[in-house]
Amino acid sequence: MSTLETTAPTNPHLKTDGSMWPMLFILIPVAIWAMFAATGPGYGTFGGVQMKAQAGIMLAALIGGIIYIVGRMGSETPVIDHSRYADTIVKYGVVATTFWGIAGMTVGVVIAAQLAWPEIFYFEGAWTNFGRLRPLHTSAVIFAFGGNALIATSFYVVQRTSRVRLAGGYWPWFVFWGYQLFIVLAATGYLMGVTGGKEYAEPEWYVDLWLTIVWVAYLLVFLMTLARRKEPHIYVANWFYLAFIVTVAILHVVNNLALPVAITSAKSYGVYAGVQDAMTQWWYGHNAVGFFLTAGFLAIMYYFIPKRANRPVWSYKLSIVHFWAVIFIYIWAGPHHLHYTALPQWTQTLGMVFSLMLWMPSWGGMINGLMTLQGAWDKLRTDPVLRMLVVSVAFYGMATFEGPLLSVRYVNALSHYTDWGIGHVHSGALGWNGFVTFGALYCLVPWLWKKRELYSTRLVEWHFWLATLGIVFYITAMWGAGISQGLNWRAYTELGFLEYSFIETVSPLHVFYVIRTIGGLMFLLGTFIMAYNIRMTILGRGNAVSLRDDGSLKPVPPAVSPVPPTLAPAE
Amino acid sequence: MFYKIHKYLEKKSFPLLLGIIGVVSVGGLVEIAPLFYIDSTIEEVEGMRPYTPLELAGRNIYIREGCYVCHSQMVRPLRDEVERYGHYSLAAESMYDRPFQWGSKRTGPDLARVGGKYSDEWHKTHLIDPRSVVPESIMPPYKFLAEAELEYDDIARHLAVNATLGVPYTDEMIASAKSDVTTQLDEFADDYDGFVARYPNAVIRDFDGDADKVTEMDALIAYLQMLGTLVDFNEFEADLDENLR
Repeated sequence: MSTLETTAPTNPHLKTDGSMWPMLFILIPVAIWAMFAATGPGYGTFGGVQMKAQAGIMLAALIGGIIYIVGRMGSETPVIDHSRYADTIVKYGVVATTFWGIAGMTVGVVIAAQLAWPEIFYFEGAWTNFGRLRPLHTSAVIFAFGGNALIATSFYVVQRTSRVRLAGGYWPWFVFWGYQLFIVLAATGYLMGVTGGKEYAEPEWYVDLWLTIVWVAYLLVFLMTLARRKEPHIYVANWFYLAFIVTVAILHVVNNLALPVAITSAKSYGVYAGVQDAMTQWWYGHNAVGFFLTAGFLAIMYYFIPKRANRPVWSYKLSIVHFWAVIFIYIWAGPHHLHYTALPQWTQTLGMVFSLMLWMPSWGGMINGLMTLQGAWDKLRTDPVLRMLVVSVAFYGMATFEGPLLSVRYVNALSHYTDWGIGHVHSGALGWNGFVTFGALYCLVPWLWKKRELYSTRLVEWHFWLATLGIVFYITAMWGAGISQGLNWRAYTELGFLEYSFIETVSPLHVFYVIRTIGGLMFLLGTFIMAYNIRMTILGRGNAVSLRDDGSLKPVPPAVSPVPPTLAPAE
Repeated sequence: MFYKIHKYLEKKSFPLLLGIIGVVSVGGLVEIAPLFYIDSTIEEVEGMRPYTPLELAGRNIYIREGCYVCHSQMVRPLRDEVERYGHYSLAAESMYDRPFQWGSKRTGPDLARVGGKYSDEWHKTHLIDPRSVVPESIMPPYKFLAEAELEYDDIARHLAVNATLGVPYTDEMIASAKSDVTTQLDEFADDYDGFVARYPNAVIRDFDGDADKVTEMDALIAYLQMLGTLVDFNEFEADLDENLR
């Protein structure tokens, strides 16, 4: 018998896939626009050089994509094995999350240092001025680091809990690379001064449109995967992912409606003005927190904490109640960013009342996450990854208590416009979003690359303690800076005059700003340690012993827990 | 009942999606939509006019440089703020602002009423080197503004787009937009009277002291010097019922 005849029987799950070529219907028209914008008539003020540079970047990326697709289709018929999870894309997501995390946090440390020493990192020409770097920092950590973490984990979780491969053939790759292009366009745009001027929604109209296309593709991939699931119930993490994806789509489209100065100009004017623009913006801005940074990350919590602790989610009913309550109430809370402004008082009051109500469902999530540890608390001593996940939930609880407190008008009168707000978002962003992402990455890397465990648990300990201490430095410095400056602004002399000029309230902040920079640097150092640990794990060094490849779909595990089966992740 | 509905939703992905969309729509609709049709949302005031082309270009530089991340433009009706900055801000004062620049952080002072508080020369010196006039300042220098020539070839388009969106720019304003940029920098310009008629209370002078060219510094200072100066507060009665919101 010849060896040729002993080839493996054909895999019935191998299916030819025609999902790649329809992408050309998107890529080619956009590339034609980009070519026009890169070479066509440049418009002044903003449209000139910046538009050409941005369109050039876009064109290069799109042509690269088109050449790749045409080349793949010309040389082979793409085949997808539907008996295996699509894990390569999650691996890419893990690497992208780590990369953007380091990039975004580095910019954060730079701008923290600029506030302490204003001439540092200053180069004539404005590229690295605080005003341009600050949107770069916020977008990089929220949308690049957080966004990639959400896309990667959602692709991982929805497959495992639905027991099917990602839907849409190659479209998940369109989502991944399209999203990276969005990040690069937004980031380079900020440096060049292309900005819409609305916080956390700075990208200009063409970047917004591109993100809309990518995001709709993301929604469809996620939804179709859910629709094809082989589990009867949709797992709780997926409710949160779905709410995050669809609500962010609504927020993004409504808040960014704008009319460009010309089809080849990088400058646009929004359809809302003044007070209506303010309300729409903070409806968007607060729910970027509510849905991007809360709902999406709660989904991460609902998969990775039960998996890591090997316990079912504590309460099924609590997860239902707090899910619907969180998504309903969050949307109302935006006006607390506009207390005492020219926004009508009825709207401010609604925002405050709902912000206070939000405390309860937020803590519902915290309690459900923490109590999942029941019966497994001992693991906190030995497993720093689980400890990271649990501490993230504790920070979530702290930030969601501080939030309603700051939304009270009288507290807000003191805290608003000060560094207290900056401290508040960082206890959420570093403590909650950062730690839950780190925990998820530490779980995912050995799972995805088939390693027994991480390269070094000791390094995770170092990361954990450095980062925790860094956060403590950061937020206490910001409390000190914010509260003292707020009090100084309203300080009166005995004769009834304002005690301090504005600048006299600024100079005492120097020490706080130095401490904050040190805290941020410690947090960044922790992230570098994580990146090193991840790299060594992927390379299979230290304890990261390779396991056999077992990425195929597994049989359903028998239900053993007395709670409804939907509560435990399927795998 | 509630759990029964949920039992259905958690088995059907599309109804779950629709349920989510329904639930998250309520708050936004209730809070945002009425602001467009309740008349009292924006007060009736005397003096508001659209930005002159030069001010608009300056405002775009303000946005480009991210000034809003450190400076608010919203004086709250609190005793210390009104004493420090001036009359609290009205909704009417930002009715032509696309986007609004109320800000969320005061690393530097509020700028809603900075217009007329300092001389042009002070602004220029301060922007070139903030610490030369305020030693403890932590603001970055913006030296390049003094050299960068303002690009305003397409300024008429900017006005036209704003007009499409509802800002009351007339055809005449759009037609003369480009020449109005230089007119505002020259007290002896031919079209001085026409400009003043189009933009009442606009300040006309060479803002950066360099008459040879139109710089970004000109535009930015023109914008800063008009901030908060338009509404006539002698005519505005804060206590009137229609002004309480």
